[in-house]
Amino acid sequence: MPALSEDPRLRYVLRLADTSLILGQRLSEWVGHAPALEEDLGVANIALDLIGQARLLLSYAAQLEGRGGTEDELAFLRDAAQFLNLTLVEQPNGDFGHTVVRQLLVSAFQLELYTALQTCADPRLAEIAAKAVKETQYHVRYSASWVVRLGDGTAESHARVQDALTQLWPFTTELFADDGVDAAMIAAGIAPDAAALRALWSARIDAVLAEATLTRPADAPFPWHGKRGVHTEHLGYMLAEMQFLQRAYPGAEW
Amino acid sequence: MSAPDWPLFEVFIRSRSGLEHKHVGSLHAVDARMALEHARDVYTRRLEGVSIWVARSSDIAASDPLDADAFFEPARDKVYRHPTFYAIPEEVKNL
Repeated sequence: MPALSEDPRLRYVLRLADTSLILGQRLSEWVGHAPALEEDLGVANIALDLIGQARLLLSYAAQLEGRGGTEDELAFLRDAAQFLNLTLVEQPNGDFGHTVVRQLLVSAFQLELYTALQTCADPRLAEIAAKAVKETQYHVRYSASWVVRLGDGTAESHARVQDALTQLWPFTTELFADDGVDAAMIAAGIAPDAAALRALWSARIDAVLAEATLTRPADAPFPWHGKRGVHTEHLGYMLAEMQFLQRAYPGAEW
Repeated sequence: MSAPDWPLFEVFIRSRSGLEHKHVGSLHAVDARMALEHARDVYTRRLEGVSIWVARSSDIAASDPLDADAFFEPARDKVYRHPTFYAIPEEVKNL
């Protein structure tokens, strides 16, 4: 795979695509292992929504790249340093409480982001966002519902989700840490303003945490750069599994 | 992956073209809200419906199979209860 182009629009679309793809792949690790049959399907449904979003976005990215590539090449033949997902989504699942906390933090962000992108200056992105926003509303409902149940549940469930929140919170700073790509997209009338997005996200998260009797951790400095291709060690292991088939048998089809 | 100790709910779905909710199956959930979410996830993955009802299985009163003779047999020889014995006027097309 050649080096990624510096085109900010391509990079912006890949950030959205990879965030959905990697979170979808992470969630699918629960299939067959969730605490109940009903949750197994619930989590798998969310994973499928996210992978569906990733397919649309990666197809668009391939089109923007203009090399005649495909969504599959982008998903299965890029190395970790060429993935531009948020660092938060590549973090391991942990227990079910950990997974639903991560889901709430990401889904609430995606909901505000897709809501804004529906009316952005890029018509294709606006179409994809309009489809994704309905799916994401349910992801927020599902994850918030579980965070409240576990947070306001037993002493053990409360301690576990509070612990998950404390572990995952530092990664949320990256969600709103704009760089040159975001600045170019804001200037082009595509990306929403990060401060406005953060206020909406914060209000939504605070409401859930209050109902869940959880304490919002203090914001941490910003050491994560997943959206620039600098990842935690977890992504490499994940890609090794996700990409194995296409790497071992190039061009293999279902 | 054994089912947690959650109560059983019965699920009823109204399809896009249907007029009434039909029983489609059951699932486990801790309360009605979770049962609705589970029903959405388990029973509407293929556009099966536009409305969901859930009810605790324990809240449904069912007839006893042992009562079947007393309940249903007496209707067997009363075919005159079917409307097929009425003469339908020519003008009525769609009955």
